[in-house]
Amino acid sequence: MIIDPVTLIVALITVSTPVLLAAIGELVVEKAGVLNLGVEGMMIMGAVCGFITAHHTGSPALAFVAGMAGAVALALVFAVLTQILMANQVASGLALTLFGLGLAALLGVGYSGLPVPAIARPFPEALRDIPGLGPIVFSHSILVYVSIALVAAVWIVLTRTRIGLVLRAVGENHDAAHALGYKVVRIRIAAIMFGGACAGLGGAFLSVVRVQNWIEGMTAGAGWIALALVVFASWKPWRVLLGAWLFGGIAALQLRLQAAEIGVPVALLDASPYLVTIIVLVLISSDRRRAALNAPAGLGRVFHASS
Amino acid sequence: MAQDDPFQIGFIYVGSPGDYGWTYEHDQARLAVEEHFGDRVETVFLENVPEGADAERSITQMILGGADMIFTTSFGFGEATNAVAGQFPDVYFEHATGYQRDFPNVSTYSARFYEGRAVIGHIAGHMTESNIVGYIGSYPIPEVIRGINSAYLHAREVNPDVEFRVVWAYTWFDPAVEADAAQALIDAGADVIMQHTDSTAPQTVAQEAGIISFGQASDMIQFAPAPRVASIIDNWAPYYIRRVGEAMDGTWTQGDVWEGIDTGMVVIGEMTDAIPEDVRASAAALRDAIAAGEYHPFTGPINRQDGTAWLAEGEIADDGTLAGMSFYVEGITGDIPN
Repeated sequence: MIIDPVTLIVALITVSTPVLLAAIGELVVEKAGVLNLGVEGMMIMGAVCGFITAHHTGSPALAFVAGMAGAVALALVFAVLTQILMANQVASGLALTLFGLGLAALLGVGYSGLPVPAIARPFPEALRDIPGLGPIVFSHSILVYVSIALVAAVWIVLTRTRIGLVLRAVGENHDAAHALGYKVVRIRIAAIMFGGACAGLGGAFLSVVRVQNWIEGMTAGAGWIALALVVFASWKPWRVLLGAWLFGGIAALQLRLQAAEIGVPVALLDASPYLVTIIVLVLISSDRRRAALNAPAGLGRVFHASS
Repeated sequence: MAQDDPFQIGFIYVGSPGDYGWTYEHDQARLAVEEHFGDRVETVFLENVPEGADAERSITQMILGGADMIFTTSFGFGEATNAVAGQFPDVYFEHATGYQRDFPNVSTYSARFYEGRAVIGHIAGHMTESNIVGYIGSYPIPEVIRGINSAYLHAREVNPDVEFRVVWAYTWFDPAVEADAAQALIDAGADVIMQHTDSTAPQTVAQEAGIISFGQASDMIQFAPAPRVASIIDNWAPYYIRRVGEAMDGTWTQGDVWEGIDTGMVVIGEMTDAIPEDVRASAAALRDAIAAGEYHPFTGPINRQDGTAWLAEGEIADDGTLAGMSFYVEGITGDIPN
């Protein structure tokens, strides 16, 4: 039996969307020079807040807003710790993940298995029924299109606008940016909040659209994959999209290969995204000049105005 | 232990009690123990404990925290359970679905889930129209392989054209992966989904696709009457209450329990109206025959996948072979991954 490429592509786009959303947010955060390892925690907060809201209000739009809000609230904790109290970013980020997982579990008690509203698809049935093209292009939930638009928007803002230039300046050399009069801390807090909103949206997509259920620990490491994806993409927005589809594609493909009873070593396929990430890391770090071009120079460093 | 101290029982869970599947049922049994013994016991639990070295640390911590008895509720906790049991000979250990009993204070217990699989396999064979049944496996271990074999044999019995497609998720609990696996099977033509993973995510996918599924480990009744048309429920409470009672009385002895539909450790959940009435009746008859001990789901003639004979006409599989089952029966087309 041969694998149907149309359903494979449809599945890979769905599979990759939560990770794509979280990764594009984290990319902006890291471009501003902040390493937030709390993506997993923010995603699961987005998942639980989105699910609870979807259940009570019956409105997917409100659910997505609530998912973002929940994750932004958590991101703000991180922002206060690292930008105002100048705590270590790695430790704070890890703590944020643990805190988010616990808080989400607490908030979600009793919500497992409750119904949520069906998500309307933006394109009419007629378009969706076009053979081949219809399912691939027109069959998705609105958030899938939003996530791709977001990649384009982030790319435009980072590379073509003044705001993007300032953000990158803050990420490359916060002392220089500060000397020029830019509010380093405020810009970084804004970036962290944006990253939180994206992670929350990704989490809400997971619980409200993809699984349509709240289950404790349901992100199951998606946040960590998002972090790997940013490195894989060497901090470039379109490569995040490519990487997300590649990772999602491998996940969707390996399940279909199994269902088609084609004998491939599943463990190897499962590990391949991580192998590819390692290879990319080796490649980008082999050329020091290129690595320096990509990774924000101020990533993870604490900014103190008087230093 | 002072007379007034409550007897402390620790539970190590591989997932979360909120999974509405495997761990949920163990937690229900924990609550049943609390209710039964009241103030005489105190229970603690740790959720989402990874199988491996972390488990050993978690169990040790629980004992240092005062636990007198430990239930480890996943196959992969076997080595950790025995390693800790050797260090604490006064603590009672109960390891679910395991086989290692290296020390006299370790018991293992499991349920004959394959009896339930026979019943839902029978229903699946009747219900499938595409003749493709999708099966989400967790890990290729004997317990899961046994379930696939049992379900397949009883589906084929009523539908000679039925095919099983197995997807290994390599996780007990990851809702997103389980949902993706279900979708992959549906895309491959399956119109019945069975799962041997812990979350309800495949049920949601089945619902959306308009096909049928079965509750696993827990009733998953929230998905009835469709897609969930029946379920296999693990009912651990009677065993837990009995064993805790024995430990408190000092009559606990090492054991290896493997109970099925007959004692109520395996329960078939309500069969919904989505199943035609005659199929419900024949499935109930199969269930009752297993419960009465009149029928064993692995009764010959059965060949192995490679065509060699396993069970002769009328021969019944022995528990040793079943416990270590690492081969598919004849007719299943896939390969078991190494």
